[in-house]
Amino acid sequence: MKAFDTSRLAFQAIRRYPLRTSMMLLSVAIGVAAVVLLTGVGEGARRYVSGEFAALGTHLIVVLPGKSETAGAGGTGTIIGATARDLTLDDAMAIERSPRIAQVAPIVVGSGNASWREREREITVLGTTTAMLDVQHWTLQLGRFLPDIDMDVATPVCVMGSVVRDEFFGNTSPLGQWLRIGDTRCRVIGVLSQGGITGPFNTDELVILPIASAQQLFNAPGVFRILAEAVSQESMEPARRDIIEIVKARHQGEEDITVVTQDAVLSTFESIFSMITIGLAGIAAISLIVAGVLIMNVMLVAVSQRTKEIGLLRALGAKQRHIVALFLTEAVYLSFLGALLGLILGNVGSMLLSLVFPFLDFTAPTWAMAAAVGIAVTSGLLFSILPARRAARLDPVLALAGR
Amino acid sequence: MIRLENICRDFQVGDQVVHALDHVDLEIQPGEYISVMGPSGSGKSTLLNLLGLLDKPTSGNYWLNDADVSSMGDNALAEQRQQNIGFIFQSFHLIPRLNALENVELPMLLAGAPVAARRERAREVLESVGLGTRLHHRPDQLSGGERQRVAIGRAIVMKPGLLMADEPTGNLDSRSGEEVIEILEQLNRDGISLMVVTHDREIGRRARRHLTLHDGKIVRDEDTPSQ
Repeated sequence: MKAFDTSRLAFQAIRRYPLRTSMMLLSVAIGVAAVVLLTGVGEGARRYVSGEFAALGTHLIVVLPGKSETAGAGGTGTIIGATARDLTLDDAMAIERSPRIAQVAPIVVGSGNASWREREREITVLGTTTAMLDVQHWTLQLGRFLPDIDMDVATPVCVMGSVVRDEFFGNTSPLGQWLRIGDTRCRVIGVLSQGGITGPFNTDELVILPIASAQQLFNAPGVFRILAEAVSQESMEPARRDIIEIVKARHQGEEDITVVTQDAVLSTFESIFSMITIGLAGIAAISLIVAGVLIMNVMLVAVSQRTKEIGLLRALGAKQRHIVALFLTEAVYLSFLGALLGLILGNVGSMLLSLVFPFLDFTAPTWAMAAAVGIAVTSGLLFSILPARRAARLDPVLALAGR
Repeated sequence: MIRLENICRDFQVGDQVVHALDHVDLEIQPGEYISVMGPSGSGKSTLLNLLGLLDKPTSGNYWLNDADVSSMGDNALAEQRQQNIGFIFQSFHLIPRLNALENVELPMLLAGAPVAARRERAREVLESVGLGTRLHHRPDQLSGGERQRVAIGRAIVMKPGLLMADEPTGNLDSRSGEEVIEILEQLNRDGISLMVVTHDREIGRRARRHLTLHDGKIVRDEDTPSQ
């Protein structure tokens, strides 16, 4: 029997049982659509996060206290922060003097109680320098950012995010008003543009102080992070080494900081999100295996429905392998058509999702679509082997009698 | 053409062994016209299935065209059926989703014949059974007699030497039955061996050689001298 004739006969059989066919198509389609949708969501999230990181610029170097690797040979195996010496403003100023560093923004973060007239709420306080605006690519809605003063000079001014501004001042201008934070007071000189979560902070909910003022507020001399911007993409690596050397020299020769470049953070995030996406795809793929079990069930029913026909084909000279080929071809057709339907459903679904969340792109990656179709067809094929063999082994005499 | 030697076919029914064929010897020459009669359960169908290579004997030897088919494997038997034997069933066994032409083509399709050749041959065969105007009708658009004629077309499309007809008129009115028998007899006159299993004495009598089975044995084997 020729392959073309096999597939034509199988296709005719598919058309003959529309209910059975549509149920099988649906079960496979749901599985494939689930893979497409879930990987699309995972990929959308990954693209969103890496896009946000890229917006921060790729020249960014983050310095944090503590060594996140075990110390060198002979060391006692230091874990994160165990021997950490605080980073200080002096460290930040020393880093800023490196020719490979364009600007430096040390930060401290804490929470404090803010009040204006009778309004009061808990807020997140960020202490930093004027360079932060540029390093984080923030923009201002009103007024100006922190003044360009020495890092260690405290001045009673602050810049706030749009949510903080709305909650304290509503529609009136906050510029020039005195906000009380803990025991100190500061004059509002600017409001950040609404930005949501950009980088590590939700800027809308921040109150930003000069770093020296924030240190006084929290009564802590240390610095939480130092953000440094290299002069160029090429100088990232030398700049990173520079920073380590500078701080090491200042910390009695002990390398007790971790220096993370934007690339490293980004690739960590990418790998985390890729794992999540693969996990989601795996879960969705299980539904394809379930669809395979359904295919087996339906094919077994098909074999018993078509017993007489199988007997007839055997009487007309069909060999066992012809019968096997007919049923396997039928199953492959069904699972492949179901997979195509699933691709359509899944992609329509991700387009609808993208309409609801316009800032995310939920398009599933090509590998996921290919894998979904592959798994669907493979599972359809594998789960039909048993029914097909059962059909082929029917006794021709009994089969012709419909038994 | 066909020689059966000491053929037995046993069936296990519960804990009893039923001898459906009990030491049967039979020779059939090319071009013979044989009717097989006998009560239900006498082994007629078993004999037909065995001769048609759908079933295998429990013991004994079966020679078909000088080949010992009783020792053949499944694939070889399938090829023997394809090349040498045409089946006609009481209930036609046409595939409902295929039209007359496609049903007749089916054996050639299974044999791997190219489309053009089988289309032409199937058309020729259907014309020879008087269905030249019904080529593209599906079985449910044909009368019983027409369906059986399609089935005959399918049985002869591979030009086999032996036609096996199991109650070919059982589902037909007498007029269509008569037509079908006449077609079969014409094919026999053209040289094909014809074996008809039937309950119908009228039809049984028309054959030149009559086999009567009882309890798995051939109890009578006689020729009609005047045809």
